[in-house]
Amino acid sequence: MSILVNKDTRLLVQGITGKTGTFHTRQCIDYGTNVVAGVTPGKGGQLWEDSVPVCNSVAEAVKDHGANVSVIYVPPPFAADSILEAIEAEIPLVICITEGVPVGDMAEVRQRLNQSNKTRLIGPNCPGIITPGQCKIGIMPGYIHKPGRVGVVSRSGTLTYEAVWQLTSRGHGQSTCIGIGGDPINGTSQTDAVRMFNEDPETDAIIMIGEIGGSAEEEACAYIKEHVEKPVAGFIAGATAPKGRTMGHAGAIVSASGAGTAEAKFAAMEDAGVSIARNPSEIADALLKIYTP
Amino acid sequence: MNIHEYQAKQLLKDHGVPVPNGYPATTTTEVDQAIAMLDSEQAIVVKAQIHAGGRGKGTFTDGYKGGVKVVDGPEAARQAAGSMLGNTLVTAQTGPAGRKVQTLYLTEACDIDHEYYLAVVLDRETAQAVIIASTEGGMDIEAVADQTPDKIIRVPVSPATGLRPHHCRRVAFALGFAGEQIKAFSKVLAGLYRLFWEKNAMLVEINPLITTPAGDIVALDAKVSFDSNALFKHPDIVELRDLNEEDSKEVEASEFNLSYIALDGNIACLVNGAGLAMATMDIIKSCGGEPANFLDVGGGADEEQVTAAFKIILSDPNVEGILVNIFGGIMKCDIIARGIVAAARNVELTVPLVVRLEGTNVEAGKKILEDSGVALTPADSLAQAAEIITSQVKDA
Repeated sequence: MSILVNKDTRLLVQGITGKTGTFHTRQCIDYGTNVVAGVTPGKGGQLWEDSVPVCNSVAEAVKDHGANVSVIYVPPPFAADSILEAIEAEIPLVICITEGVPVGDMAEVRQRLNQSNKTRLIGPNCPGIITPGQCKIGIMPGYIHKPGRVGVVSRSGTLTYEAVWQLTSRGHGQSTCIGIGGDPINGTSQTDAVRMFNEDPETDAIIMIGEIGGSAEEEACAYIKEHVEKPVAGFIAGATAPKGRTMGHAGAIVSASGAGTAEAKFAAMEDAGVSIARNPSEIADALLKIYTP
Repeated sequence: MNIHEYQAKQLLKDHGVPVPNGYPATTTTEVDQAIAMLDSEQAIVVKAQIHAGGRGKGTFTDGYKGGVKVVDGPEAARQAAGSMLGNTLVTAQTGPAGRKVQTLYLTEACDIDHEYYLAVVLDRETAQAVIIASTEGGMDIEAVADQTPDKIIRVPVSPATGLRPHHCRRVAFALGFAGEQIKAFSKVLAGLYRLFWEKNAMLVEINPLITTPAGDIVALDAKVSFDSNALFKHPDIVELRDLNEEDSKEVEASEFNLSYIALDGNIACLVNGAGLAMATMDIIKSCGGEPANFLDVGGGADEEQVTAAFKIILSDPNVEGILVNIFGGIMKCDIIARGIVAAARNVELTVPLVVRLEGTNVEAGKKILEDSGVALTPADSLAQAAEIITSQVKDA
């Protein structure tokens, strides 16, 4: 009952011996995620925390340990290289948590991704992905989630936790929650995530959380209008943000010409029949208005 | 990160783009030196250097009109420079407070035959550089795009191939260039594109790019902004940063890894996560309040950071109340609560404080807040928190 990750996921952690990588790998293992290997170039052959084998390269982790998903915690200057290495090793799913990757690096990564039909990237600058009760990859707190049938996709981290917590405390679980990240150029778009949820027989309803900047939400709404019968609810953060300022996330900016406003995105949602939460405390309620589990 | 026109022109010159001869000046002595080095036969352009557009149509706070002046002779140039230097310029983009002019740029004037627009930007949707050009230069390009979209030329360039001669020819023909000018224009565009990629720019813009009566192509004004996430690659660009052009509170915040943006309202907020921080501003507004800032303390939010955040918030004299909204994930609520209590004691709070905590160890966190004796109002939900702070500020 999920997309992309489940109990069969065999996770590789790129940057496993770093402080961030170590901390979050422990949390993911505690949640039940099957971490089969780590990569830290030069530390191949060691055991991380006496349990997880460390490899020198992604290719080695795939060949020797059957890794089929990779998560990246390496610092910004090396993140694009880590993603490219994972693409070369043909890992089906790569999740880059790192915040602060140069956008030019991501433009090059996207060109390489476009040539590859083997790898999907989630992120960068994202909380990760979780299929509650089965597999947690990333930095989200596991316990706020509950197995269920609502798919959640978002550009934000803590705002996603907010929406998930609203669902869980009203008794509704999630099939999978994906944080696609707050950068201007990323791997998986809102549209990609909505499409996967729409095609997933175990997902009955969808929550899409967007932010100001770009046109990812407008594109997703065009897809929803055309293809999606499942109930969809949505929220856009940043209605009060000033023009021309980057609001924390590199991608969250209303351009000087006025493109990428919350108002335009809410209008696209309305046009696509998405149930809108105008207020971030009403995201779950907006879904429950049009969806009875 | 933005830079001044004179810095942008120097970068363009380094990349083979012709710019008028010119010199920056920060004192009257430097103004005299600049004038002495310019061609005395030509008119002189005196340009205020601030990080905002609309300088030519701007007005100084003492009534002096125009932050860009074309004048004849050294004496007139000295006078214009004297009127601008140290004076505060208000333009359509500075807001009513304006910006203090601390640097001037003095250049030789050019005779203009035609004005064009030329820029390279990164298109986030296609992850490619895009050349944007127009025969309608010298004007607000957003207005041109809005009113006469057919006059905007857009040519995408894949990072896989980079800029090729056919791209340059395509733009040159579309702008109506012919003969030797095509070569000269191609050289300008190639320099612009190289600057864009090599230095991780987000925007490189020449407006106007002009042709002189003799047919030469020259960049008369320039704007360059860089990807802040890529500055680690470019120490030479970091040196161009002018902290005078940035909000002092935003500069201080960045030293503590806090993401802060000053706004006009009176209710400050302190939130973890950019999306939740924006959503918190939105809910303050929907409750009838006005947010005083955007502030993302990030995932960690330890005592030192929260203390710094409180100090920055309170240095804004407009702030009449504070809303703290934390969704504790990996960082547990009890640890955050201790940070809030310690910070509130450190800074001697004088305005109402509402704290909403949710997430890991939330009960322990709330108990720490209650037992602390610090004057604050706890809230259970985001909506409730926003309602309480807006009504407390209204009643005060």
